[in-house]
Amino acid sequence: MPNACMSGSHIVLKALEDQGVDVIFGYPGGAVLPLYDTMFQQNRIRHVLVRHEQGATHMAEGYARSTGKAGVVLVTSGPGATNAVTGLTDAMMDSIPMVCLTGQVATHLIGNDAFQEADTVGITRPCTKHNYLVKDVNDLARTIHEAFYVANSGRPGPVVVDIPKDVSIAEGEYVAPEAIRHKTYRPQLKGDLTAIEQAVELLLEAKRPMFYSGGGVVNSGPAASQLLTEFVRLTGYPITSTLMGLGCFPASDSQWLGMLGMHGTYEANLAMAGCDVMVAVGARFDDRITGRLDEFSKGSTKIHIDIDPSSINKNVQVDVPIIGDCAHVLEDMIKVWKASGRKADSQAVEDWWSQIDKWRSRNSLRYEQGDGLIKPQYALERLRELSKEKDTYVTTDVGQHQMWAAQFLPFDKPNRWMTSGGLGTMGYGLPAAIGVQVAHPDSTVICVTGEASLMMCIQELSTAVQHRTPVKIFLLNNRYMGMVRQWQELLHGGRYAESYMDSLPDFVKLAESFGVTGLIASKPGELDKVIEEMIETDGPVIADIQVDPDENCFPMIPAGSAHYDMLLGPNGEAEVNEDGLAMV
Amino acid sequence: MARDVSGPVSPKEITLEPQERYHTIAVLVDNEAGVLARVIGLFSGRGYNIESLVVAEVDTEEKLSRITLVTSGTPMVIEQIKAQLERLVPVHKVMDLTVDGPSVERELALIKVRGTGDKRVESLRIADIFRARVVDSTAESFVFEMTGSTDKLDAFIELMKPLGLVDVSRTGVVAISRGTRPM
Ligand SMILES: Cc1ncc(C[n+]2csc(CCOP(=O)(O)OP(=O)(O)O)c2C)c(N)n1
Ligand SMILES: [Mg+2]
Repeated sequence: MPNACMSGSHIVLKALEDQGVDVIFGYPGGAVLPLYDTMFQQNRIRHVLVRHEQGATHMAEGYARSTGKAGVVLVTSGPGATNAVTGLTDAMMDSIPMVCLTGQVATHLIGNDAFQEADTVGITRPCTKHNYLVKDVNDLARTIHEAFYVANSGRPGPVVVDIPKDVSIAEGEYVAPEAIRHKTYRPQLKGDLTAIEQAVELLLEAKRPMFYSGGGVVNSGPAASQLLTEFVRLTGYPITSTLMGLGCFPASDSQWLGMLGMHGTYEANLAMAGCDVMVAVGARFDDRITGRLDEFSKGSTKIHIDIDPSSINKNVQVDVPIIGDCAHVLEDMIKVWKASGRKADSQAVEDWWSQIDKWRSRNSLRYEQGDGLIKPQYALERLRELSKEKDTYVTTDVGQHQMWAAQFLPFDKPNRWMTSGGLGTMGYGLPAAIGVQVAHPDSTVICVTGEASLMMCIQELSTAVQHRTPVKIFLLNNRYMGMVRQWQELLHGGRYAESYMDSLPDFVKLAESFGVTGLIASKPGELDKVIEEMIETDGPVIADIQVDPDENCFPMIPAGSAHYDMLLGPNGEAEVNEDGLAMV
Repeated sequence: MARDVSGPVSPKEITLEPQERYHTIAVLVDNEAGVLARVIGLFSGRGYNIESLVVAEVDTEEKLSRITLVTSGTPMVIEQIKAQLERLVPVHKVMDLTVDGPSVERELALIKVRGTGDKRVESLRIADIFRARVVDSTAESFVFEMTGSTDKLDAFIELMKPLGLVDVSRTGVVAISRGTRPM
């Protein structure tokens, strides 16, 4: 059968459909009018109209992170495309698969400073995994299929396809996805067996082993999390995870040490500092994890599993690199471990656990809830308790509330936790929650946010109402850019330069003006009722939880310090840990 | 830029930090719009050095271009550069010619020297020793064409300075591995 001939915008829609796309997050404009016109005349793909293109990108991220499928964005040329840049960069940093279609001025106008022209491929080159400008309608179908392939495979990421207006009007040939085989891009999935055997040998011999998992496990798909859990349980060794990896190993398991890093638990960071064999699985030794590099886990032999060869030896020199997909590599590691017929050094590992338990007993996440102001940690603990029967997904914004959410909300499954880790984008939480809710209409989707972050994409409340996404906005309102205030308190002599949120809106009235339910709690005794009401309400809700404005987030590794050098106390006293030092 | 460890150390080499070394890297890419910008953007965005960069199509049927670039860094940085280059979607192959076996490196320069009398004669005499060719001449100037290692070009240019050097145009290094193996 000869390939069908159709208009560029029909080709786009058909290609999206053949890629299994069911929803697009977008916003119209001159350069994409032909595409919108074609979309209007079909009903197979749903369009979610956002209120700002940044919102569309974060919705696509939330959708992608909670489903494992690439999120799709459609925006117009010029300002539409530039507004998408933050979300593209965010997706790049956190390896989130996304395909963003941008309109462009007609090909004969490119380079003329035409109305709403921007050099979209130039601007987005460093913040995408790859990007394309399609100048010939006959390349359109192939390019879109390729874009999905690149976005989804290997280490996932965002891909931009820039489509000039005349290309979406012109008639051309459609080709099906099966016809596409990429010329160069073919990531390695299977790990090198010799390296895997070497890694297992090291793990069998280890006296103080440690698993360090990250977002790559989540990206690899649910099988990777299952295999990781199986392997960790098989070994009996302790495991921690980065912010991005939360949920890849059940938080309810006794082998779980909590999150590590700048606001990670005492036991997780000290175990990293003191281990003798470390296995990094889909984690990238980010500076929020390592602290001062020359002091990072000096005594350990490091095994690093990653699908992206450029992650290996980027920050930290490792001993056994294994390039491959976590799921494939973990599966092989389990096989090799079982086939060896050997067991871990149980005496040594037992001693290691008793050391870890000593660290654990410091209870580094402790806080005190009096009868005065609501402590944000307490609010989250109540949220956790009152939502545990629900099928819950959580998104966050960026700041103290994000770190508390990571510390106090437990995740037993992957894809349940969406947060902006690498870029730290305030404004991510609400649109990401809408994206998650679009993908999981019957689940409870909670956005844990701060008043400053929420204001950054507040316009998307309107999207939530229009598209009936009953997201629950759990606003930990401390009337400060809390994380900024905390750094100013600890590092800048308490000079709170511009970190107070003056002239805040009345969030209840603001909610109501959008047609959203607004609730407020200002005393500990009011919390449960507000949370219950929030969860039970049919539509979107803002629950304004007025929390203690002076609370700080601990533990904390101040920037530039070694990772065993943690601030534990609310009074900011430095506790350089001797047993931690002694271990390395 | 002597990349043969046993060879003489060029003045540039001295400016490197210990552990840092010059590497000549060949990159085979699809000859498509923006590919050079991707490579250059990667270097500037991640703070890597480019000493020289040459690009031209080498396979018209497959539409492949070969980029030869000279960069410097510690072994860890060079490893990163290679991995980052390999991550770019239109990149087919990356080869570090400095470490992956012996290779041949050449650079071409056009050198304009202005002068009369003794200086003019002297420049011609040195050009002869260096096997530089005269490709343009006027009553008071020569343009020499010279091919060779970067060190040889550096030395010749140095000698032309007192003799009336006015302009230099250099290609940067192109390189290829020795022996039968393709890239
Ligand atoms: C777009 C953006 N601008 C600035 C920052 C820097 N920043 C990090 S946390 C923070 C304060 C966040 O305040 P809020 O949302 O109220 O959260 P809190 O820390 O109070 O919980 C700021 C300004 C950022 N991360 N993102
Ligand atoms: Mg705040």
